Order: sequence, then C-alpha cells, then structure tokens
Amino acid sequence: MARAPDAALEQARADPVWPAAPRAFKIMGLALVAALAVFPFVFTGTFSHHVMIMIFLHAIMAQSWNVIAGMSGQISLGQALFFGLGAYASAFLYVKWGITPWLGLLVGMAISALVAAAIGIPTLRLRGHYFAIATLIIGISFQIVFQRWEWIGAASGIFMPIERETPWFSLQFHATKLPYYYLSFGLCAIAFFTVWLLQRSRLGMRLLAVRDEPEAAQSLGIDIAWHKVIAFMISGAMMAAAGTFFAQYVLVIDPDRVFSFEISVLALLMAVLGGAGTLWGPALGAAILIPLSEYSRIWFGGTGGAVDLLIYGVLILLICIYQPRGLLVLVTERLRRRGQRNE
Amino acid sequence: MSELLRVEGLSKRFGGVTANEDISFDVRKGEILGVIGPNGAGKSTLFDLITGFQQADSGTVILDGRDITGLRPDRIARMGVGRTFQKLKPFPDLTLLENVMVGALSRTANMHEARDLALEAISFVDLLDKRYAFARELSTGQRKRLEMARAVASGPRLLLMDEVTGGVDQKTIPGLIDLVFALRESGITVLTIEHNMQVMMQVSDRILALQSGKRIAFAKPDEVRKDPLVVDAYLGTVDAA
Amino acid sequence: MSTDLLIQAIVSGLLMGLIYALVAVGLSLIFGLMEIVNFAHGEFLMLSMFFSFWFWALLGLDPLVSLPLVVAALAVIGVAVHYGIIRHILHAPMLAQICATFGLALAIRSGAQLFWTPDFRSITNPLSEGRIEISGIFIGQPQLIAGLVCLAAFIVLWLFVSRTETGLALQATAQDRDAAAIVGIPTDRMFALGWAIGLGCVAVAGAMLSSFLFVFPDVGVNFALLAFVAVALGGFGSIMGSLYAGIAIGLVESLGGVFISPSYKSLIVFSLYFAVVLFRPKGILGRY
Repeated sequence: MARAPDAALEQARADPVWPAAPRAFKIMGLALVAALAVFPFVFTGTFSHHVMIMIFLHAIMAQSWNVIAGMSGQISLGQALFFGLGAYASAFLYVKWGITPWLGLLVGMAISALVAAAIGIPTLRLRGHYFAIATLIIGISFQIVFQRWEWIGAASGIFMPIERETPWFSLQFHATKLPYYYLSFGLCAIAFFTVWLLQRSRLGMRLLAVRDEPEAAQSLGIDIAWHKVIAFMISGAMMAAAGTFFAQYVLVIDPDRVFSFEISVLALLMAVLGGAGTLWGPALGAAILIPLSEYSRIWFGGTGGAVDLLIYGVLILLICIYQPRGLLVLVTERLRRRGQRNE
Repeated sequence: MSELLRVEGLSKRFGGVTANEDISFDVRKGEILGVIGPNGAGKSTLFDLITGFQQADSGTVILDGRDITGLRPDRIARMGVGRTFQKLKPFPDLTLLENVMVGALSRTANMHEARDLALEAISFVDLLDKRYAFARELSTGQRKRLEMARAVASGPRLLLMDEVTGGVDQKTIPGLIDLVFALRESGITVLTIEHNMQVMMQVSDRILALQSGKRIAFAKPDEVRKDPLVVDAYLGTVDAA
Repeated sequence: MSTDLLIQAIVSGLLMGLIYALVAVGLSLIFGLMEIVNFAHGEFLMLSMFFSFWFWALLGLDPLVSLPLVVAALAVIGVAVHYGIIRHILHAPMLAQICATFGLALAIRSGAQLFWTPDFRSITNPLSEGRIEISGIFIGQPQLIAGLVCLAAFIVLWLFVSRTETGLALQATAQDRDAAAIVGIPTDRMFALGWAIGLGCVAVAGAMLSSFLFVFPDVGVNFALLAFVAVALGGFGSIMGSLYAGIAIGLVESLGGVFISPSYKSLIVFSLYFAVVLFRPKGILGRY
C-alpha cells in the first residue's frame, strides 16, 4: 500500500490551516498601519493628505477589478460603471431626498451588485476577449445613458449643496481633509480585509480554481457561471463604495467624471502593475501610480495629465513583457514559501 | 452486486467522425471496470459523455437509477461522479494542498475539515511531503497523483480515471496500481482507461473494449484476452511489439 | 421627401460603413492570426490621421496624395509593434496580452496629447471637397471618395488574402500556426505581415477620414469602439464578416441618427451588439 505512515499525517494535521506570515512581515505590516494612522499628523500639508486619499481610493478600485479579473479570470473593462452607480446613488439620494450618504453607500453597493448580476449572467458565459469587449461597451453605454438622462442631471451631473452643520450626516468636510483621510483609509482596510477573507474562504478558493482550470473545477462540482457572477457582484459593490466616497470627496459629479473609461483603465493598470490575483498587488500599484500622476500634474502643469498616462502606458507595457504577474508576485511567493517551511 | 452506472446506446459524432457508436455497458458497485482500445477508439469521448463535458447525440446515462444524460458537468460531479483528465488539469498557481482542498470543499464548507480531508487524500497518494509545493512545480507522476487525490477528496461514489499510468515512468506504475486497489477498498467504484494492457488485465474486474467508437467486447479479463475481435484489434499488435 | 431622407441616410451610412469595415478588418485580421485583440487600434487610426494632417500642413500634400506614404509608415509601425512587443507576449497569459496593447494605446494617445496638444486640427481645402447632388440626394465628395477608396482597399485585401500564395500562407497560419510552421511557413514573419496589413488598413481609413473630420488625440476612441462592435458582430477573424458588420453599423448609425435621435446613435449600435451577442456570442460569422 502506498499509504504514508500515520505519524506524518498526524504531524501534517497539526499545521495551522493557513500558515502564519513570517514575523518580519507581521512587524512590517503593523508598522505600516501605524505609520498610515499617524501620517496626517506628521505630514500636515493638505496636498500630501490628498495624495494619500487618492491612493486609498484607487487601491479600492484596483482591488475591485482584482476580484473579478485577478481572482476569477474574467477581464472587465467596464468597472467605471459601478463607480458611477455608487457615486450617483448616494449623491442622488442625498440631493433629492436628504438621505445620508452612509445609507447611499449601501444602496449604491446593492444596486451595483444587482447590475453586476444582470450584466454577468448573460456575459460571463463569454470567455476571455469577448467578456472584455462586452464590458467595455456596456461601460460606455452607461456613460452615454447618464449623459442624456435629464432626471438625474444629464451631462451637467449632480452638484451637492454645501452643508456645514452636520458633517457626519451629510458626509462633507470643508475645513480639513482629515475625516476623508480616515474614511478612505477605513474603506480601503475593509475592502482589503474582505478580499483577505475571500481568499481564505470556500468561495475564494473555488474562484481561483475556476480561473486556473475551469473544466477541472467543474469536475469537482463547482458551478462556474454562478461563482463568476458572485465574484462580479462583490467586485461591483466594492467599486460602488469607492464611487460613493469619491462623490462625497469632490461633491460635484457628472457622467464624464464618474463613468469615464479612464476609471476602468486605472483600476486595471494598478492591479496589473502590482500583481493581479494577489491581495496586496492592487495597493502596491496604487501606491506607485497615484503619486506619479499627482506630482507630475504639479511638475508639468496642465499637460501633466498626459505625462502620467504616458508613463503609465510605458510602465504597463514593460510589466506585461517582462513580468506579467506583476511587481509583487516575486516577493510574496518567496515570503509564503519561507513561511511554510518555517513551520 | 448492484448496478451503479448504466450506459445505454451512447453515440457521439464530431462532424463526419463517429467517436462513439451505440455503446452500452454497466458498472457494478465496488468493481474496477477497465476501458481499453487503441488510440482514437473513443475512450476519452465516452468519459466526457458520462461526465457531461460533451453532449451525446443519442443514448442515456443512468447513475444509481437516475437519468443524468445531458446534465451539466458540475451537477453530475455533485451527484458523486469524480474524474481525472488525460491531459492533466491541476490548478497551477495553487499549492498541492490547496488543489486537493478545492476537491474537499465539495464535501464541506468548513476550511478546517476540508484541510483534514485533503491531507488524508494526499497521504493516500503518498505526497504529504509535497503538500506546500505549487502544482506547476510537480512532476507528471506527481500531478497524476494530485488529480487522483483531488478527485478522491471530493468524495465520489464513482471515479473515472483517464490514463492512470500513461506518461509516467515504469518505476511508479506499481504504486499507482496499488492506489487503484486502495480506492476500491475505500468504497469507490472505479472506471478506468488504460493503455498499458498488463496493468489493465491485472486490476480490472471486467473490461470494456472499444474500437473505432464501437464496443467489441465486454467481459472478464480472461475472456477479453481470448476474444478474437480484441486480439485482432489490439492485443495482437501489443504482443507482436 | 421622406424617401429622399431615407435614401440620403442609407447612402451616407453605407459610405461610413465602408470606412468602419476597413478599420474593423485590420482588428479582425490581427485577432484571427494570433488571437490578440489590438486595443491600440483606435490610436493607430489617430496616428494615421495626424500623419496625413502633417503631410498637408508641412509639405502641402493632400491626404489623397500622401496616402501611400501614410500606409507605408503605419505598415512599418505595425512590423515594429510585432517585433518589439507582440512577439514577446504571444505565449503570455491573456491578461498580459490585453494589458500590453492597452498600455500601448495609452502611451500613444497621451504621447500625442503631449507632443501635438489636445487641440482639434483640420485640413482646409482638400482636393476632395464640397458635395455632389444626384436627383435630390446630397453626397459629400470627401465621404464618397473615402468610401470608394476603402472599398477598393478592401477588395485588394480580399484578393491578396484569397488569391496570392502569401495570402494563403497567412490564412494557413491563422487556422493552425503549429501546422503552418511544420509545413515551412515562417509564422513569425506572417504575424509581422498581419500587423503591417492590419495597420495598413487603418492607415487608409485614417487618411481618408482626415480630409473631412477633425484631427485630435482622442479621435480614434469612438472608431475603435465601433470596430470592436463590428468584429464582435462579424466574428473575430472573419474578413467578410467585418465588411458586412461594418456596413450594418454604418447603416444602423445613420438611420438611427435620422429617425430616432442623433445623440443616441452609438447607443443604438451598441444595442444591436447586445442583441446579437445574447444569441450568437461569437458573432454572426464567427468561426471560433
């Protein structure tokens, strides 16, 4: 019999299900969280706060793309539509009926999840390029519809009246960016914690299986289409949360701003640069690209928008050719294996 | 022994090529049934038809009294039919343990339980020391064992194995044969495709022989060995070699 | 009167459709050959429009005159793109392939914005100008010439692919690159040729468009979208599919613009796409 000695099996059972990260990594993680918590008090400039807020926001967006594309293997080019839905849902509820954006956040997430299901059920049958193109066209169709939809402001969008009395109800802060900083930090932490949980859950492991070998996944009883739809719903809801936050941050939204194709592109670029399918890749990508674009906008003035995109384009091209699995993947794999061997 | 699977008049054509034509047989609970035939005889197509990866043009597949013809592969899998693939399909970016856990998660939603079930299955195929290796780093033989462990971990009643010993080196074949016997001992009914005739004669309780998509024999190994059609189609060439 | 309007819409839709078809066929050809979607397709259209513009602005050459130069330039760029980028990602995961052409698109578009500013430019007094009237139907001369040139380019392409030895080798590579390599077809060179032809088609369309449309860095985006729709409708890799789908899109857009609302014409085209994709996910003439 080819059975291994029971002692080896007992020993293997004694391992934790999820190997603990190396201590150095844990310390670094805690240090990072602490540093981010005190950051606004060390660097007091409003602009540095703005850059950090943008990093948090875009890390959420990149993570949202990561859930559908990195984890379940379906490349979405229409993520902006969920961003826009999130922004519009909360802004609309607040302006029309005075409903707090906190509730708007949840409504936007729910609407996005439903729209993701409605889009995903027919289109997630399409593999690879077909899904990418379908989502690209659906995303742009949403932009066109919102540009023409009078009831919600058409092309001029929604302007949220300034309100200073109850900042935590109306979720507007005018004197300082600090609340926005911690809000975006918190949202980002929740998004990443969600994906961390997802990766350790039955659903998450099955998604990876579906991504890697759909037929083998099916042979184990996994309903491929259903799992992808669920992933798309989670991804959509996450993007919507980012959209609501953005709407509250800028207080003026219009279709070209929140449904723009550039948003879908940014989410994708950051995740791919950092490492699609990894937990921290999207954060790394955002942390690299956002300062690049925010500071180039200062250095190069008005045309800065083109310089940063030019650099993005070249960067992503180089990544695809030389390290298609992203910048983070080398580090994480090494850490992970070392962690497992230190048991 | 009672019947677990019944296949009746299964046919499948791809364009002008007949892959399976009017194939009927049954699999009894607890037996090891071997499917033999030269390349292109339609063995893998037969597996695909039973497990739902291809749709039959006609015929029926009955599992434990229930008609499962035309159901989606994942539904058939959830009814207790596991399979391995001739062209191996491990999840390359997952570790061996995670690969097998995905199988075990079909039986339980609890990660701890799934891990323990997976470890048992990995221990069963004797790969415990490789459990943290990524699937893409394993050798072909190890990946065969991975697929077997993954399928076993999903708790099938019937396991379809495509080419257990194909493409692995001679030394590991006895170990793989032991595994097939051990599977049966653990209560799993086995339907297996093999190229290696000696292996097949040794492990099978009954043998289904195919040629050009048609059934040419269905009997005990000793009888199949003597069957003139089988000798003609297949054994003769092997003996001559 | 309304029949005139209908005929008018059909004629202008048909002419635009021929241009869309030529843009789409380049995309389709490249995909058929190596299963790579060129997300920078619209940017190459923009580049060729800019080339035509600069030939006119700096050297005084009309787009019709500089056409061969623009086509040659884009063909050379196509070959460079293949050897510089595509060849390295041919076996990479699909995500890397999509992102690579995406990154290229971003770099080209923002490069154009940087070097040529986002301004709208136009060629004044081109050779083909004004419009002609045929029994109450007005046809813009530039559009008419553009449509006819694109049709001619399409015919040349079709003859090349189906009647010449190189064209047949190209088709063989598209069907099965391994088998093609075994029978001695230099597949790598075929891929490069595919890129040269694909961008050459775009160049013809771009050069023709430059004589009646504004030239600016984002001009390619909408054409690329319509090309995606056309290729998705006609079937990836199908040449004739691109022609039919391109014309269909031109007609739907033009008729929708006249009879429903001009501001919804792209939505109408996209709805057509969704309707088809729901029932025929791989396009009407899809061979995959």
